[in-house]
Amino acid sequence: MADTVVGENPDPHAAGEDPNRRDFIHIAAGAAAVGAVGVMAWPFIDQMNPSADTLALASVEFDLSKVALGQQVTIKWRGKPLFIRKRTDKEIAAAVADDTASMPDPQADEARHKPGKAEWMILIGACTHLGCVPTFAGGDYGGWFCPCHGSHYDTSGRIRRGPAPTNLPVPDYEFLSDTKVKVG
Amino acid sequence: MLRKGIALAALGLALVAGPALAAGSAKSPEPVDFSFKGPFGRFDQGQLQRGYKVYREVCAACHGMDLLSFRNLGQKGGPFYDPAYPNPNDNPYVKTIAAEYQINDIDSETGDVIQRPGTSADAFPNPYPNEAAARAGNGGAMPPDLSVMAKARKYGPDYIHALMAGYVDPPAGLQVTPGQYYNPYMAGDTTPFWTGEGHAPKGGFIAMPPQLAADKVTFDDGTPSTIDQQAKDVAAFLYWAAEPKMEERKAFGFGAMIYLVIFAGLLYASYRRIWRNVAH
Amino acid sequence: MSGHSTYEPKTGFERWLDTRLPIVRLGWDSIVDYPTPKNLNYWWTFGGILAVCLVIQIATGIVLAMHYVPHVDYAFSSVERIMRDVNYGWLVRYMHSNGASMFFIAVYIHMFRGLYYGSYKAPREVLWILGFIIYLLMMATAFMGYVLPWGQMSFHGAVVITNLFGALPLVGEAITTWLWGGFAVDNATLNRFFSLHFLLPFMIAGVVGLHIWALHVPGNNNPIGVNVKSKADTVPFHPYYTVKDGFAIVLFLILFATFLFFNPNALGHPDNYIPANPLVTPAHIVPEWYFLPFYAILRAVPDKLGGVLLMFGAIAVLFVLPWLDTSKVRSMRYRPTGKLYFLIFALACIVLGYCGGQLPDDKVIPGLSTFILIDADLNSFVWLSRLATLYYFAYFLVVLPILGLTETPTAQPESISTPVLSHPAGLPAGAVAAPEKKG
Repeated sequence: MADTVVGENPDPHAAGEDPNRRDFIHIAAGAAAVGAVGVMAWPFIDQMNPSADTLALASVEFDLSKVALGQQVTIKWRGKPLFIRKRTDKEIAAAVADDTASMPDPQADEARHKPGKAEWMILIGACTHLGCVPTFAGGDYGGWFCPCHGSHYDTSGRIRRGPAPTNLPVPDYEFLSDTKVKVG
Repeated sequence: MLRKGIALAALGLALVAGPALAAGSAKSPEPVDFSFKGPFGRFDQGQLQRGYKVYREVCAACHGMDLLSFRNLGQKGGPFYDPAYPNPNDNPYVKTIAAEYQINDIDSETGDVIQRPGTSADAFPNPYPNEAAARAGNGGAMPPDLSVMAKARKYGPDYIHALMAGYVDPPAGLQVTPGQYYNPYMAGDTTPFWTGEGHAPKGGFIAMPPQLAADKVTFDDGTPSTIDQQAKDVAAFLYWAAEPKMEERKAFGFGAMIYLVIFAGLLYASYRRIWRNVAH
Repeated sequence: MSGHSTYEPKTGFERWLDTRLPIVRLGWDSIVDYPTPKNLNYWWTFGGILAVCLVIQIATGIVLAMHYVPHVDYAFSSVERIMRDVNYGWLVRYMHSNGASMFFIAVYIHMFRGLYYGSYKAPREVLWILGFIIYLLMMATAFMGYVLPWGQMSFHGAVVITNLFGALPLVGEAITTWLWGGFAVDNATLNRFFSLHFLLPFMIAGVVGLHIWALHVPGNNNPIGVNVKSKADTVPFHPYYTVKDGFAIVLFLILFATFLFFNPNALGHPDNYIPANPLVTPAHIVPEWYFLPFYAILRAVPDKLGGVLLMFGAIAVLFVLPWLDTSKVRSMRYRPTGKLYFLIFALACIVLGYCGGQLPDDKVIPGLSTFILIDADLNSFVWLSRLATLYYFAYFLVVLPILGLTETPTAQPESISTPVLSHPAGLPAGAVAAPEKKG
């Protein structure tokens, strides 16, 4: 064949031999190129995930004796605000009474604090709507009120009215003693 | 034709590339047969543990390792890695080691400077509060940070081993200033201090006295604690500290190489097929 | 590309787009149907390899910029943090640092290919000059990138290179102060170098676009240096050269991977793992290997301004090369004398690179004492550099201008297809010419 095509622009697919095997080589080479790019894409995507030092961020210990009854202290934990609120008996009673009320994300007050520690409400202070920090004791339910788009939370941190879809999240924490709590 | 040129050039290069014999050069370290050398080399975890012990009991009194955190000890490939704890922050051994240290911190309530037990997220504490204190405590010489020491010296871990185990009495005729120690592997120039015959001895002066001694560190695994063994183990530990992702890198590289070779073969077959009817 | 386009829009959308933004046509004409001489050898694959290098450097560089902190207190530890804590950070960082060396290996081969085959001669002078603008931008980018990890070599390299400008009369001191943004290399310098190191690669990409444009107007040169005479001399770029370049690129990546995965610090310097200390200069300060020939030229001259001028002159002379070479014959293949001078030139460049890495006063032949001539022992790397520098300039300023007028070239083929046709007739069907053995 070679002598007939000298000087031409031969079509690589025009020559003899089994066409399937020919195509297979080109397809395999092309697939290997796509595969290589695909495999190398992962490190370039994964590098934007939290790095090892970020994941190792320390936990926070907090002395609860600093919080007065009916008040709240906000501390920073993993870059986010953390609400530590000491609820009054009246607030606890109102929250428990509302357990049966209709709400977007129903949850019992009991499930949102440690057993026997109903006065201590520890929550991540970022509105579940779009992440603003709700203001203390505002809104229709006396818990928190998000000024950005008007979400009302009760004293248990449950969403009652407004655009937020879920309750304020409860972080992992434990009581080291009656006055000391460790978050994270 | 160009290839011939390159061959010629390489020949020419070989002719001019005589060994440079500058006065005052240091002795070249003898290569150590470390397990992590070579394309498939891996760290010997037992050696890393022994090396960490040498660092902790001998080096850490003066040398910081600012780039390392306790959690690094428990990460994959590290001295105390345990497959049961993929997250090194949970590794109980690492937590115990960290808790043995007192870390400076600020009390978030009062703002006072306090000391608290370390956590796995804490960095190795530096033995000195600042550089001036480090110099003042060591006769004006600053003990260098060891985090990437094994990459910051020519011959890396071989050099560290040779230096640590290589202290000898200064040859007669070499004047050693007080507070200095002669080491044949240390970079420097002994010529100004040489009163003997012929060439000044190789090596230089180092402000660090000999640190290792037989049985100075007790190895928990029963390895005989000789100076040479301690030097090897601490060199291996420092190499791990400088290049903790080495095992991951070589494993990735092994896969990449196989892939690339197969890929090259496929492309070559494709290339031959496409060009087969073009006379060129 | 300068001729007619063979692109025929097939779908309705392609026709619609083609009358509004003929970008598919541009791509088709540039990398699919682009007529390419059919006798290009593997030295011609380095253009494609360089394109891959640029993409790798930009992609990894953008990732590194996400994690790097351009501040004297944090630069060193942020680079180490990338290597230790960022997911696959070690991979990205080593790709970037070794990729720079690979980039220069490829660019030097590309340049020597152009020199050997006369690719700088009419009508490709603009193509050649654009190439050297790219090279200058690469040098600036590589230098500033090397400063960013803020190790000892970074810092003192920056000090030495910026002080070069201090050699200029009258304005020298003002320029260096302006470059530093202070009275020494410091935080301001690091910040601006980071900014420019990020910017310049995109300028390189822009000039690469012009470089390809300037290539596609006259078309490729080829190993015999004879112009394309007919369609019979060419093949379409795709699939012929996409697959050939692709194969060469993968071979090059194997070399890259050898360094990247198994010896990532071989091309660097241990001193750059020592954090920058303005109070102590490393005993033996050398630039990265790809700058060593120029460093040797700089040190060959015992005068500050003279050295700087000669070093920049070594690059400037390449810009006017198209008008220095008087030979009508492009390819050295048909210039037996020229070929010899070229090989000595290549050797001189390698010798210069070797000298740049040695201490200037060390002896070339150990133990041999000679005499002092112009500040230096005759048997020293300074003098070896001087001789190589002399040849470097003589090659461009004396050899090429005169040789073109005096030498007798050997017979060139009539056209690209001629040497092919003169092969023993009738290659057996299925027999494949071995292209890698040609050229």
